[in-house]
Amino acid sequence: MQLPIYLDYQATTPVDQRVLDAMIPYFTSLYGNAASRNHEFGWKAEEAVDSAREACASLIGASAKEIVFTSGSTEAINLAMKGVAEMYADKGKHIVTALNEHKAVLDTAKHLERKGCEVTYLKPGKDGRITREMVESALRDDTILVSIMWANNEIGVVNDVRGIGALCHERDVLFFTDGTQAVGKIPVDVEADHVDLMCFSGHKMYGPKGVGAFYVRRRKPRVRLVAQMDGGGHERGMRSGTLNVPGIVGLGKAAELCAAELESEIARATGLRDRLEEKITSRLDQVHFNGSREHRLPGCLNLSFPYVEGESLLMGLSGIAVSSGSACTSASLEPSHVLRAMDVGDDLAHSSIRFGIGRFTTEEEVDYVADRIVEVVERLREMSPLYEMVKEGIDLNSVEWTGH
Amino acid sequence: MAYSDKVLDHYNNPRNVGSLDKGSDKVGTGVVGAPECGDVMKLQIEVEGDTIVDAKFKTFGCGSAIASSSLATEWIKGKTIDEALAINNTQIVAELALPPVKIHCSVLAEDAIKAAVSDFKAKRAEEASKHTEGAQQ
Repeated sequence: MQLPIYLDYQATTPVDQRVLDAMIPYFTSLYGNAASRNHEFGWKAEEAVDSAREACASLIGASAKEIVFTSGSTEAINLAMKGVAEMYADKGKHIVTALNEHKAVLDTAKHLERKGCEVTYLKPGKDGRITREMVESALRDDTILVSIMWANNEIGVVNDVRGIGALCHERDVLFFTDGTQAVGKIPVDVEADHVDLMCFSGHKMYGPKGVGAFYVRRRKPRVRLVAQMDGGGHERGMRSGTLNVPGIVGLGKAAELCAAELESEIARATGLRDRLEEKITSRLDQVHFNGSREHRLPGCLNLSFPYVEGESLLMGLSGIAVSSGSACTSASLEPSHVLRAMDVGDDLAHSSIRFGIGRFTTEEEVDYVADRIVEVVERLREMSPLYEMVKEGIDLNSVEWTGH
Repeated sequence: MAYSDKVLDHYNNPRNVGSLDKGSDKVGTGVVGAPECGDVMKLQIEVEGDTIVDAKFKTFGCGSAIASSSLATEWIKGKTIDEALAINNTQIVAELALPPVKIHCSVLAEDAIKAAVSDFKAKRAEEASKHTEGAQQ
């Protein structure tokens, strides 16, 4: 086993060697522009793009014509939300999303509010999940779009996508889901799940950074969008700009591998995730689980270690890459908005750690990380005034703190 | 975020972690910060005459908060109360090379010293008033 150990697969993933091997020729020998229609450099590039489009479509149960290549999920989210809001402005101006969405969705929603849209931000349940009933209660006659992520990036909770999708189709409202954390990790079927628009990113599924796919439904209903990038009319006019052929080839290969290994990877990641949790909670008292036990991603575990601050915990875990919901680790100095939305409490949010397990994680690594966590949490609790107070029988909620 | 060597040193080898008897007349206790803000410091001093003969801390907070309080206990030991009160957060910032986002940690450490001293002074004043009352009776 080698240090550092990477347990941050929700942030990004390494490129699989098989993906890289597929990409290499498209940098140096097959470098044609996929839009060059009159020579074989262009034809080869176009062929490669077509085959990647098929692989992406097949992974999510779509047809190849419904796939638009983008630079990644943030771009696709902007295109989906702004594109729908502009195209369907005559129909309505109301959008439904949730407080625990990714910042790319929340910031785009805020932008649309400034442009005159009205946005309802649903509050998830204590388990962090958004259900069909929650969405239903927010729908209005002028609702044009529901934007609810498939799986949450911080806590791994899988939302009731099928229920929400069915509801949207019954009510004639477009349904966009950010599938970045779900696609390639759990079964995704845009037909069975009634999805109209969905995005995913290469780098979350062992493909390269800077490339993603955007699914736009072509029938029942046919979704139309106002393009957000003007130019040469690439990607059926929805996303102008020369195609990133090597990146797209990599994304296609990544999609193919995810599809082939989906079942075995789900079983493996789930086993490692549960092993990690068991090895930690069997040896430490008062560990708080964040999220939903029933509806969650195989490779994500979010735990809070009360009375220990997250950044100090990360500091003790040198050589181990995990992330924390603590304010001290974010640029904004605010604790995780995802944990706040589900009423975890700011104190527990500051103490949270996300463990991300993926394709290259080993049992040995999981065991090592569990040992280190136990050791560091015990050490920091020994120097925690809060832990001492609790041991003395003081209720921390009854203390008058001097906030700053 | 990269940590300075001094912050790492205090984090890995914190000085004076622990607790003093908060019931003792000689001990002043300061608890500052709040769990929901992500840092709470408890700093205690033991005073003989006007001199701080011992100091202990416990901190819930990031590495810089732990380092700031560890450094504070190190600095105040052996100092008089007035000398301890003269310690300024900017001295802690300079010593630990704290980046701007961590300045609040040094402020908290300064506050903790002041809170411990004021707790001690309150105890001493109470003690003095008891003696005066006792003398009058």
